[in-house]
Amino acid sequence: MTDYNFAYLDEQTKRMIRRAILKGLAIPGYQVPFASREMPMPYGWGTGGVQVSAAVLTPDDTFKVIDQGADDTTNAVSIRRFFEKTAGVAVTEATVDASVIQTRHRIPEQDLRSDQILVYQVPIPEPLRFLEPSEVETRKMHSLEEYGLMHVKLYEDISQHGAIATAYAYPVKVEGRYVMDPSPIPKFDNPKLNMAGIQLFGAGREQRIYAVPPYTDVVSLDFDDYPFEASKADHACDLCGAEDSYLDELIVDDAGGRMFMCSDTDYCAGRRKAGCIGAQGVPYQEDVA
Amino acid sequence: MQTTTLMGGFVNAPLDSARAFRQIMTAVAQPGIINDAVGATPPAPLSVAAGVVLLTLCDPDTPVFLTAEFDTDDVRAWITFHTGAPLVDAAKASFAVGSWGDLPITDFAIGTSEYPDRSATLIVEVASLNPEGAELRGPGIKGKATLSLPETAAFQQNTALFPLGLDFVFTCQNRLAALPRTTKVNAIKVS
Amino acid sequence: MYVAVKGGEKAIDNAHAWLAEERRGDTSIAELSVSQIREQLALAVNRVMAEGSLYDPDLAALAIKQSRGDLIEAIFLIRAYRTTLPRFGGSNPVDTEQMICDRRVSATFKDAPGGQVLGPTFDYTHRLLDFKLAADGEVPQAPSAEIAQADTPHIMSFLDRENLIQTEPEGPETPPDLTRSPLELPATRSLRLQALTRGDEGFILGMAYSTQRGYARNHAFVAELRIGAVSVEMDIPELGFAIDIGEITLTECETVNQFKGSKTEPPQFTRGYGLVFGMTERKAISMALVDRALRWKELGEDNVGAPAQDEEFVLYHADNIQATGFLEHIKLPHYVDFQSELELIRKLRRAAMGEQEAVE
Ligand SMILES: [Zn+2]
Repeated sequence: MTDYNFAYLDEQTKRMIRRAILKGLAIPGYQVPFASREMPMPYGWGTGGVQVSAAVLTPDDTFKVIDQGADDTTNAVSIRRFFEKTAGVAVTEATVDASVIQTRHRIPEQDLRSDQILVYQVPIPEPLRFLEPSEVETRKMHSLEEYGLMHVKLYEDISQHGAIATAYAYPVKVEGRYVMDPSPIPKFDNPKLNMAGIQLFGAGREQRIYAVPPYTDVVSLDFDDYPFEASKADHACDLCGAEDSYLDELIVDDAGGRMFMCSDTDYCAGRRKAGCIGAQGVPYQEDVA
Repeated sequence: MQTTTLMGGFVNAPLDSARAFRQIMTAVAQPGIINDAVGATPPAPLSVAAGVVLLTLCDPDTPVFLTAEFDTDDVRAWITFHTGAPLVDAAKASFAVGSWGDLPITDFAIGTSEYPDRSATLIVEVASLNPEGAELRGPGIKGKATLSLPETAAFQQNTALFPLGLDFVFTCQNRLAALPRTTKVNAIKVS
Repeated sequence: MYVAVKGGEKAIDNAHAWLAEERRGDTSIAELSVSQIREQLALAVNRVMAEGSLYDPDLAALAIKQSRGDLIEAIFLIRAYRTTLPRFGGSNPVDTEQMICDRRVSATFKDAPGGQVLGPTFDYTHRLLDFKLAADGEVPQAPSAEIAQADTPHIMSFLDRENLIQTEPEGPETPPDLTRSPLELPATRSLRLQALTRGDEGFILGMAYSTQRGYARNHAFVAELRIGAVSVEMDIPELGFAIDIGEITLTECETVNQFKGSKTEPPQFTRGYGLVFGMTERKAISMALVDRALRWKELGEDNVGAPAQDEEFVLYHADNIQATGFLEHIKLPHYVDFQSELELIRKLRRAAMGEQEAVE
């Protein structure tokens, strides 16, 4: 791919994205409009995250891509290959070794350090969008800090279902000001939004970038009598035995038998390498693929 | 055109600007930390770091304001040649370069309530940049940090405008630090 | 005992190899050349150029070949290529009055200077499958005439002289570029027209049709539809004048719309406008109708709440590359969000069942 510039995008586009990232960091949780480019992969498949990564990566970085927590899902593989080709960066599956991590739908289980950057792929950046379809209106609501609609929605959930019926993309308030969509991560991950790493969010089709600097106050919306609860399946990982990780559920036989395993494949492998074995696990072998 | 104008840009723009941006971004993300900024050799009185910031972030889409001290033929020609940024009045600027006392800080765009990002970023050239001085708290800072600032009152007033406001990058020789509008600044009493 | 599923990389490689083989099809049949597509599937090429926002028939033909005839996929290829091209500057506005018309029809006047030119249209073909084509596509040469040297003035200019048509002041400003800055609302008319001309033909057609069926009906007549070649000129500052940098084929449609007047505007005819790359008249007419519907605010009309009047609705949903990407992304893994929903539903059911048992 020598015909293309470092990290694919031309320099002017990267500058435009970089300026948006800096304003995003200066106004945590506020969605900065940016002139998203047409990437050689479809909208909705991570073009926002890819553009942010392209603007952030240096040749010295080690890059990790996860989709649903896993490094080997096809879209994660495709994006990782794209940057291997266009930026020549080193890649890794190990969270601890990565300096930039692009993710879709998960925050790694392993706590991130202040020298790590987490880039989220965001489908719909506007947390109010499903309550108010008009961009003109939602922009006004953010400017006036008018978030009553969101509270009404959450409260209606409680009165109808006895609980807040939002399981992922659970809205948060950032630094006491902007209500933000954390991307479709399970609400289990919400507490991890308070972290040491830099969090950058890219929505390509919707042309928005936003950010959360390290150690920023991120609060999941809730009510005094219905406090936010980060929940997960009430199981341990069947491969590594972890009880503290978010789990994928697999159907393993025709009778509908289930098993659970860590959605974060690197976390699970790391535990198994260290000798942890779950109910249906086998001792770790390097070459099992 | 003088040769000084043509010189002093990035040797390898894609790679140099990528590395420089990382230094700028981590400084903005973690107010108080001081990062290296190298790769440009702009004409005096621009510092290396200020030159690096201009090359990394500015282009024909970002009008730049220069205070009288920096508004020299050499600097103008260098910025125009390497970035294509138009040189404008403070009110129209996306970026500005100047020493602290010379920057007309009330003249710059602070954004609008619907678009608070449409605000200026000021590159403030300082004689010294140390991790001691005013106390900083806010996003990006674990507990508190300290940084030498030219004053505190103006930054406190700026923070009070949040989510509107200006963002600052302090440059000194080949080092930089940043102070976004979210950082709460307090003067430390001299003991 | 369970071993985690891996193999994403291998699966992708194999899928690409298979796709390439499928694209080629039966190798005992001659391969299509790009020039065959360019010459014989010209209307597909035109659509790809129009919605790809890149006037290059050879590249559009290549994209159609590569995409196995999936035009939206071809448009996507062109768009992704287009963003990597350096930008040298903007051309001057093209002068469609100087168009060398292959086709020019007016539904409002029986005749006008320049005349009616039917041109190579499907309009009066009977849609009967031509089985002769299956065996032999060679055709005798069509009769030809000299290229008309006289100007072909716009039909609208005649209404303009009588002050019967709403005047359109010339905007001095350079129009914004939808591909270089994020869409911001409310949009200017030039931005709306840009979005419409590269919008999905099916979407724009459906929107236009809805106005005809009463959802913000605007009583449109095709005052003029013209198709032909225009030259593109660009100012060269170093030279101090404009030079001709090439020729493109365009379809232009101006509709004249009945208008009884509003609080702000006198009774007069109003305009809708469509301009599209290539021979693309269905799209250009549709565009003009949707343009007219979107102008309710500037003409002081009522917003009747019709979809075609809703600028945000039309502009945010007209782009087929955005739409298809987002639509198709739902086939990507969503294990994590689905799992969180699963837990939630189980929890809510447990609570609901528990309540029921308590009642029983
Ligand atoms: Zn596990």
